[in-house]
Amino acid sequence: MTELPPYPPIEPSNFDLIIVGTGLPESILAAAASAIGKSVLHLDPNPFYGSHFASLPPDDLSSFLDPHPSSPDHAAPSEGDGLASAIINLRSLYSDVEISSFAPETLEQHSRKFNLDLAGPRVLFCADKAIDAILRSGANQYVEFKSIDASLFYDKDGNLVNVPDSRAAIFKDKSLSLVEKNVLMRFFKLVQQHFSGDGESDRISEEDLASPFFEFLAKMRLPEKIKSVILYAISMADYDQGDKEACKVVISTKDGIERLALYHSSVGRFPNAVGALIYPIYGLGELAQAFCRRAAVKGCIYVLRMPVIALHMDKECGQYRGVRLGSGQDIFSHKLVLEPSFTVQSSIGSQPQNSLMENVQVKAKVARGICILTSSLRPDVSNFLIVYPPRSLYPEQVTSVRVLQIGGNLAVCPSGMFVLYLSALCDEASWGKKILHRAINALINHDDSKISEGTPPSTVQTEDARADPLLLWRALYIQELTAGQVESVSSTPMPDGSLGFNDALDATVKLFQTIYPHEEFFPETPAEDPEDDGALSVET
Amino acid sequence: MHGRPRTAPKPEDAAASAAKAQKLRALQSQFLSYHHDRIYTKEALDTSAKLLEINPEYYTAWNYRKLAVEHNVKESESSPESVKSIFDEELKVVENALRQNFKSYGAWHHRKWVLSKGHSSLDHELRLLDRFQKADPRNFHAWNYRRFVAALLGRSVEDELQYTEDLIGNNFSNYSAWHNRSMLLSEILKKKEQESYSQDTISKEYEFVLNALYTDPDDQSGWFYHHWLLDQTSKAKAPLLVSSWPVPGSELVVSGNVSLGDHPLSSFSKVTVALERFPVVLYFNQTVEGVNSSTVAIQCTFVQNEDVTWKPFSPQNSWASKVWVGYLDLSGVDHHSSAPHTVEVKLGHHKGIMSSNGLQLSVPFDLSFRVSVKPLETQSSKDEKLVWEEDKFYACEMPIPCLCYDGISVGNKYEPTTSDWQIGTIAEEISQIRNLLAISDSKIGKITLARLLMAHDVMSSPYATKTVHAEEVLGLYSELMKLDPSHSQYYKDERSLVLLQQLLSSGGTLLKHCFYYGGITSSSTHGPICLRLNNQSISRMGAFDKLLWVQMLDLSDNELHSIEGLEAMQLLHCLNLGRNKLRSFTALDPLRCLKSLKVLNISHNEIGLHSIDTTRYLCSASPLSHNGEVIWHGDDFTPEDADVTNYWEASMVFKSLELTQLDIVGNAVANEKFQSFLLKILPKLQFLDGQNLHRI
Repeated sequence: MTELPPYPPIEPSNFDLIIVGTGLPESILAAAASAIGKSVLHLDPNPFYGSHFASLPPDDLSSFLDPHPSSPDHAAPSEGDGLASAIINLRSLYSDVEISSFAPETLEQHSRKFNLDLAGPRVLFCADKAIDAILRSGANQYVEFKSIDASLFYDKDGNLVNVPDSRAAIFKDKSLSLVEKNVLMRFFKLVQQHFSGDGESDRISEEDLASPFFEFLAKMRLPEKIKSVILYAISMADYDQGDKEACKVVISTKDGIERLALYHSSVGRFPNAVGALIYPIYGLGELAQAFCRRAAVKGCIYVLRMPVIALHMDKECGQYRGVRLGSGQDIFSHKLVLEPSFTVQSSIGSQPQNSLMENVQVKAKVARGICILTSSLRPDVSNFLIVYPPRSLYPEQVTSVRVLQIGGNLAVCPSGMFVLYLSALCDEASWGKKILHRAINALINHDDSKISEGTPPSTVQTEDARADPLLLWRALYIQELTAGQVESVSSTPMPDGSLGFNDALDATVKLFQTIYPHEEFFPETPAEDPEDDGALSVET
Repeated sequence: MHGRPRTAPKPEDAAASAAKAQKLRALQSQFLSYHHDRIYTKEALDTSAKLLEINPEYYTAWNYRKLAVEHNVKESESSPESVKSIFDEELKVVENALRQNFKSYGAWHHRKWVLSKGHSSLDHELRLLDRFQKADPRNFHAWNYRRFVAALLGRSVEDELQYTEDLIGNNFSNYSAWHNRSMLLSEILKKKEQESYSQDTISKEYEFVLNALYTDPDDQSGWFYHHWLLDQTSKAKAPLLVSSWPVPGSELVVSGNVSLGDHPLSSFSKVTVALERFPVVLYFNQTVEGVNSSTVAIQCTFVQNEDVTWKPFSPQNSWASKVWVGYLDLSGVDHHSSAPHTVEVKLGHHKGIMSSNGLQLSVPFDLSFRVSVKPLETQSSKDEKLVWEEDKFYACEMPIPCLCYDGISVGNKYEPTTSDWQIGTIAEEISQIRNLLAISDSKIGKITLARLLMAHDVMSSPYATKTVHAEEVLGLYSELMKLDPSHSQYYKDERSLVLLQQLLSSGGTLLKHCFYYGGITSSSTHGPICLRLNNQSISRMGAFDKLLWVQMLDLSDNELHSIEGLEAMQLLHCLNLGRNKLRSFTALDPLRCLKSLKVLNISHNEIGLHSIDTTRYLCSASPLSHNGEVIWHGDDFTPEDADVTNYWEASMVFKSLELTQLDIVGNAVANEKFQSFLLKILPKLQFLDGQNLHRI
């Protein structure tokens, strides 16, 4: 963003909606607004699509996480025509960024073959709301998926075991006893009946639904091991549900069984998907891009490398009117949506509601980690998820860690290499870093001395899967969690701490419906066969 | 593919199908003219291909194509290229036809035919199969074809086993995959005879299937496989002779046909049979084959071993049976000398008697008994009627000699030990299924448990002298009758068999059911001994290995609908089946083999009540199988003998018997016309429904 190339002025200069940032929520919004015939201008100051949901090579990722502080080099636009201006500031939502490269030459050599997710670890449940949005919008034409081959769980005895997440998986499971298999399957059936049964007797009582999921599982007399699997590896709870003090987010039974049901309806939805989870080829950034392409087809105008430096506000009522672009052009619209790293510095002090924009709520943070490895952590599979439930790594660990390994066959790195994503919720950076370090240590038997000696692995291309994985590159960072907000200037949420996209989709739909209360979010197009789920391309 | 309701056709569908029929008719007539004129040009072949694509079930067209291929191959024999392309074309036509209907018999058959000619590559076949099995994992055509292709390809049984394991892993409700697995394992078990191998394989399979049973006890596929495994486990034991008549060491006095008044039945050792047909009955614990004069040696003064013919008594007209009977001709024995003759029967010393899966008789068996023939007395003139009344019977206090085997008394060395892996395996399964039933209610689980318990009893006590689990099994079946009323008849039958085993398991329990018949006025001593199993709610007979000695049997006031297996009771003289639920004369079929039977009571049953005789379809006997010795002679009856055609089934049964007393009152069939038919077909009958025919 140093030197902006000269840009031809954007035509027209009036739009229904201006969106700044091409993260997934913004891109979905752009596609949804375009689909109902709104004129949309979609801008991004970055030279790539995806914003906080982008997939980037290591260097670009580093500089995105740790941007050089840029003072607004443009003067505030002159005020006039009844308009006041508000300066837009860029703030970083990432902190404590730690990047270590152990084999810079190897990475340099393959640099363009990496697509590292900023918002990882993240995957799609086959029954995720994002999948429905992809299918309904037609974005499925631009993105292909592959299955996550396995879902693993770190059990009490320190073994990595397969998550018995379906009838078939329970049958095949080697670590559960016969009685545990029976108990778990019966619980699955109980939940299934709750959603599909017609009789009142099939349903779980209201009282139980309101109770904490943890207590309901205990009431159902599920053994400790199975409770843990359901809570952390299927319902993906973040906080230790058994610890009332430490547990910031208590999952209710209603929530818990809905997450379980999401998992189950994901299994077997697409014939080529082996489990509940799929991942886009070339990385998560493809999703935002696919929606952008869909929006462009419907008439949305795209300009990358285009910062917005100020907002025009109505002097009288303080209402938003338009934006001043980095190119100096003024563009006007009814509505504005900003990605979460922009804050508005208003010059109109008399409008207290504007201060809401700066008041971004910070509930917790999420610690994320990315590792590039020379071989798979497991010899038999390359794409898999691992859940470390709370307290499985060390006694004070109160949140679960989720780890996702994605291999070269998903085109996120050169073939033969593997990318590991980790995340855990935390209150403060040090705590988050500690969890990630412990998880990485548990996964990779590395001692730092060995790496610092820096024997660049020449075995990268060989197929020897049994070789101990070597760490080539590592990034650890803490990301703020923002919920986004709705005003005349709205902002989208940051990538959340969850594994899928359901919450992000809910927020996006809510934003859309607030902006366009009388419009449908991706109206069904009559030409498409609603039952044709096969339209989603899942590669085997 | 399964469980999808058929929707009623809409009017526009009807129009479409009419148009399709029109098009088909045109194609068909064109095709038939080609077929008739034996035209095998490309155009003609295309017509048949089009026809088959629309209607793959059109056999004529497939046959035409076979002729065409044979014709065209002959034309181009010199060029292997064009021969191959002819066959490849056939494969393509079949594939198109299968796309229309992947359950078309004709199409699959044609494909097999093409491949069996050996001109085509097989590489594509497994991929094609994968596609069809993905579309419907339980398509049995595809599974059959897979077995065919696997054999052609020479794929190892282990590879195919792995394939079934993968499919079962995807969805263990895939009954077809389980079934194929059982087929493959049978093959392996047959090939490898080492005991340890079967033990290992079968134990692993139990472990495998238990995962399915525990994960989802409501799914039946796994249970069926478990039943199959139980079968394999029991079958893995070598066959054993469990009972015989005569019993080893017995002293018998045989008299020829005499009337009841002479009370020849008054002791266990006195028997009345036709002298030329003295039966030796061998009863095995499983069906065996190979019982003949070279595997069974009979030594005695009056019969040459080679003259004895061994006959299997089985519902199927096969050469395998649990019961084998050989007849000795005693008519040549000197009646005036009461000196006993020793008869020795030796079997199992040479190989040859083996079970259906090739296991040889486990223990050699020597049976020796002594027999003397009682001088034939002059026919008594007194006509004595047998009356089945309660006050005619009184308790039998005579100690019962050894009538059936208990392992020790036979002097047999065979005693199963708990180290037998089969018993251990079944004990393990019993505990597993009990644990499962403790947490999950399952009807089929209860049936499985009952079968396991019975199998355990049978194995640990092959002579059925200990029935450790009988009470539990009876309880399970009673429970099942309540839980699953639509199959209660089956449960009742199974329950009856267990009950009978329990009642007859030892001399002590047996004695409670033995009574003297005191209805013979002329008798000064004890009357004949009658085994009374009346009023026991028995719906099916069993435990025949304990009953080979019985000459007088009271089964009245039960719920019998079948007497299958009764043919083993060769000495049976008097039989009371009154007040049961027999529905037809076909159900009485086993009686035809009982040559000594003189007195029969079938009163108050349901014969003739139901117009359709379902026994034929319910019993394991096929309607066309006629075991025993009835050979139909066309000239036995004159064509105008209308009764025979009316009472065909009755005549089949009674024709071979020489009954002197018959009670048939209380059946729908019993009317005057039928009575006159009976008099005709049973010339020796003295009493019909209690009436002395000779005094009328």
